[in-house]
Amino acid sequence: MNEPTPKAELAVDGLTVRFGGLTAVESMSFEVRAGEVLSLIGPNGAGKTTAFNAITGYIPPDAGTIAYRGTKLTGLKPNRIAELGVVRTFQKTSVFMGQSVLDNVLLGLHLASRQTPLAIILDLPSVAHEEKALAMEARRILGFVELDARAAQLAAALPYGELRLLEVAIALAARPTLLLLDEPVSGMNPAETASFMKLIAKIRALGITILLVEHDMRMVMGVSDRVICLNHGRIIASGSPSEIQRDPEVIRAYLGERYVRAQG
Amino acid sequence: MKRAITIAWLGFLVSVPLWLTNLYVLHVLIMTGIFIIAAMSLNLLLGYTGQLSLGHVAFFGLGAYTSSLVSLGFSVHLLPAWEVTLDPKPVWLGMLAGMALAGACGWAIGRLSFKVRGAYFVIVTISFAEVIRLVALNWVELTQGPMALNNIPYLRLGIPDLIEVSFLRKPANYYLVLAVAVVCYILIRRLVSSRAGRAMIALRENEPLAASVGVDVTRCLVLATVVSAAMAGAAGALYAHYVRIVDPDVFLFIYTVTMVIMVVTGGKGTLAGPVVGGCIFGLLPEVLRSFEIGPEVQWVTYGALMVLVVYFLPEGIVPALRGWWRRRSGEPVEAEQPRPAAEAAR
Repeated sequence: MNEPTPKAELAVDGLTVRFGGLTAVESMSFEVRAGEVLSLIGPNGAGKTTAFNAITGYIPPDAGTIAYRGTKLTGLKPNRIAELGVVRTFQKTSVFMGQSVLDNVLLGLHLASRQTPLAIILDLPSVAHEEKALAMEARRILGFVELDARAAQLAAALPYGELRLLEVAIALAARPTLLLLDEPVSGMNPAETASFMKLIAKIRALGITILLVEHDMRMVMGVSDRVICLNHGRIIASGSPSEIQRDPEVIRAYLGERYVRAQG
Repeated sequence: MKRAITIAWLGFLVSVPLWLTNLYVLHVLIMTGIFIIAAMSLNLLLGYTGQLSLGHVAFFGLGAYTSSLVSLGFSVHLLPAWEVTLDPKPVWLGMLAGMALAGACGWAIGRLSFKVRGAYFVIVTISFAEVIRLVALNWVELTQGPMALNNIPYLRLGIPDLIEVSFLRKPANYYLVLAVAVVCYILIRRLVSSRAGRAMIALRENEPLAASVGVDVTRCLVLATVVSAAMAGAAGALYAHYVRIVDPDVFLFIYTVTMVIMVVTGGKGTLAGPVVGGCIFGLLPEVLRSFEIGPEVQWVTYGALMVLVVYFLPEGIVPALRGWWRRRSGEPVEAEQPRPAAEAAR
């Protein structure tokens, strides 16, 4: 990280989260730069998802500050953080199961819509006009993730890989400028993962910054500009994918002390 | 096609008082209509936001009492030296006041639900209804307590001494209830097919995900409870000025249960659900009575039918009929869809 830093979009400073006696994240500091793909990796329980939850307002941090484009996120509710352009997906597949695929994206378009309760009750023409525009936008987003053929189907009827695409479509509907993806390809087969990597490139081309939590190393090394490795709630290494792959600390965290010694 | 069916239905409903000579049956229809309005309001909360309010009758009773008191006038001592007096006001103003007060209480309950959800929300609403009932029972100076509010004036609309409609007789009340029910139905339909309704559905289906795309959960719940409470208040006001006597028994838990039954059997989260459920379980006691069987057999049959509906049509009558219709006309969308998967996910 010695090159002149471009402007930091998301600045995490001294983030600490405790669950009772367990410190899940300990004084973690990092920043996400505009337009990059930054990955958080680390063994299970390293604090990746906890960091995600703290950034997006789902759990209150015990210490530290999080700021996005100069606005403090700590203390804000998740919906306010989403309004600022920071939108996440969830580790456990999370869509609106009982709704059609198209309706899922329409629900995600909440922030894109400007109807007031009064206008809705009076059924003003602007409402119908906007509804039409929203439906078109939803179809466009489904096309973007290549789910348009499934629009009319119930979300619960989708196969696993497509559900994960739908999650991304819902998140994109909220018009993020920073997208946080929590293990988006877990459970996908290699072909699905490969096409998801292409999707990430497409999202990136829209100018959306991406913060990624992922276990699939082929994916992490393939799409990331920078990688941060966590272990026991602390940052143990950060750098470009190739630097991370050679870092002894990272190898120790993943493969254990003995392996490092054996390698000599 | 759909529009034609709607118009035919409305035409039929409008024609009822013209050929129905039995005033008792008309009375039953009016009461059923009032309960359908209350059930529709409950459906907005239970069916769309997924929050079970077991104190919904409180809003109904608040509407009834407020509307009655405003139109009767009252005089109470809040402190020994401080007397508050209200002269009788026109009935329509009372009805609006009833809706407003019920809506305001709905606002408070909605704000509370920011902290309490699920079982706790149920307990809060039950307690709220019980507290209101105790106030109505014990604040004798204001509510006459168990002696009930009598001689509640009926609604008159129009310009005095020129043209005026009085809602005293049953046919007039039937049309009034029908009109209010249609207005409520249209309002709910507009609401749920809009951004606000989608936010409610999102909240019901997956609250963390809804918040992650920017849905303000509290605001959305408050909007739903306010609209729902005001509609229940309107139903209560209609009830008060139709029956023209209100006692603390309007707050009985059984009325909430009746509303919940109407919504759940009809199909919660569907527009037609509470109407269908309300028609069936509002009219069923009367239909059973006409068979000249003992009252215990009537109620056992009522209960058994309810259990059967819930057991065999867990989603409710309207979704079941819709699914059956789709399968018959061969629409592939739901035919391929295994039902249990959708339920398990819920």
